[in-house]
Amino acid sequence: MTFDFALIADSIPKMLMGIGLTFQLLFLSAVLGLVLAITLLLMRISGRWYLSVPTMVYIYIFRGTPILVQIFIIYYGLPQLEFVRDSIFWPILREPFGCAVLALTLNTGAYVSEILRGGVLGVDRGLKEAGAALGLSARHRLVYITAPIAIRLALPAYSNDVISLMKSTALASTITLLDMMGIARTIVAETYAPYEVFISLMVIYLVLTWMIQRSFGWMEKRMSRHIKVEA
Amino acid sequence: MSDTGRANAIEMENVNKFFGGFQALKNVSLSVKVGERIVVCGPSGSGKSTLIRCINRLEEHDSGKIVVNGHELTGAVKDIDAVRSEVGMVFQSFNLFPHLTIIQNLMLAPRLVRKSSKSEARDTAMKYLERVKIPEQADKYPSQLSGGQQQRVAIARALCMNPLVMLFDEPTSALDPEMISEVLDVMTDLAREGMTMICVTHEMGFARSVADNVVFMDYGEIVEMNPPEEFFDHPRNERTKLFLSQILSH
Repeated sequence: MTFDFALIADSIPKMLMGIGLTFQLLFLSAVLGLVLAITLLLMRISGRWYLSVPTMVYIYIFRGTPILVQIFIIYYGLPQLEFVRDSIFWPILREPFGCAVLALTLNTGAYVSEILRGGVLGVDRGLKEAGAALGLSARHRLVYITAPIAIRLALPAYSNDVISLMKSTALASTITLLDMMGIARTIVAETYAPYEVFISLMVIYLVLTWMIQRSFGWMEKRMSRHIKVEA
Repeated sequence: MSDTGRANAIEMENVNKFFGGFQALKNVSLSVKVGERIVVCGPSGSGKSTLIRCINRLEEHDSGKIVVNGHELTGAVKDIDAVRSEVGMVFQSFNLFPHLTIIQNLMLAPRLVRKSSKSEARDTAMKYLERVKIPEQADKYPSQLSGGQQQRVAIARALCMNPLVMLFDEPTSALDPEMISEVLDVMTDLAREGMTMICVTHEMGFARSVADNVVFMDYGEIVEMNPPEEFFDHPRNERTKLFLSQILSH
């Protein structure tokens, strides 16, 4: 078997034309997913069963099923329902891009809320008590004590999820979107050269992963200043 | 000092507290006058910590009555945060906020609860850091300080709220022996200045020199309460005698 380097040189720029779409999918679903995750978390730890039970069911469903199935249900399934077609969300759900962002958001939101919950549970009870003893309200304790410490604790697991989300964006290619994966599949269909194309694509994803890792590494270091003991 | 005419800072009447089937407090009644210094001692599990944690409602009592600075603590008390802001508490494990510098630890509650300005909060914080003799540590993080220094910061943090009462929950139990005296010195100064204090501690030297009354607890009950001379030299109850012989014998 020969390895066609000319084809690699040719296809990498083509695939990079899809990087914008990959970034859009990643960025939008990461931000919306984080908002969803925080909402789910607050519901989960509210101590009210009518908020926490639905959250648990939601998380169970979205963590417990393949994201590909979720994408297909949203893309192929929702348009079958008349009230979806009549709703104000139709302009978004009509587009594969909207469906992909929605699926990725719903999925990552479930994971991230559990990651954040791990962080919150890791905060020493004594610190919350110290806040309470000083007269801080429950809201102030959450914002100024629990959240900053929980975020630091959750950061390594969260970076893991962002990387995982970045890779999941490739699934958008299954619903006609031409992200990097979509373009790669088109090139492979034309050239019958899966190795060259997909290995090049792997390298691009590895570079992205490296960038995400480095940013989170920097954030972790910044947020751990207080743990360093002066020599 | 005469006790007549002084108001009660804290009043507990027949307070009971259960953890599941375990009764942590049994009909505890205790009143502490303004300016009075109480030391609470007793074997582990005797309810000492639970007693003072009920005073600022870190634990909710199940029955009986607790009045703190004139406010009764009930399930309906809406301004529990306001009651707590007038009761300072120092914990065994310091509980400084690890992500904030020392000065930020001291300024947080005055800024959020008292709505102090930044400069006002900073001035108060520095004043109390000087009082506990570590103003030079202001910009460090808690993890950079020794245990004794951290506990002094914790005392300063509580004092920044100008509390009417200070609660100490075994403040020296987690410290290395050489650091105990620096913390006790700060507490002794505070007592001399007339602060109302309840200290759970096994530092009997401190109890003898500072306390107006020493309380002995066992199995969730107040067994004996007397001024220190009486308490140490003529304990009445057999359980008190046994406890004292155990902790003073070495």
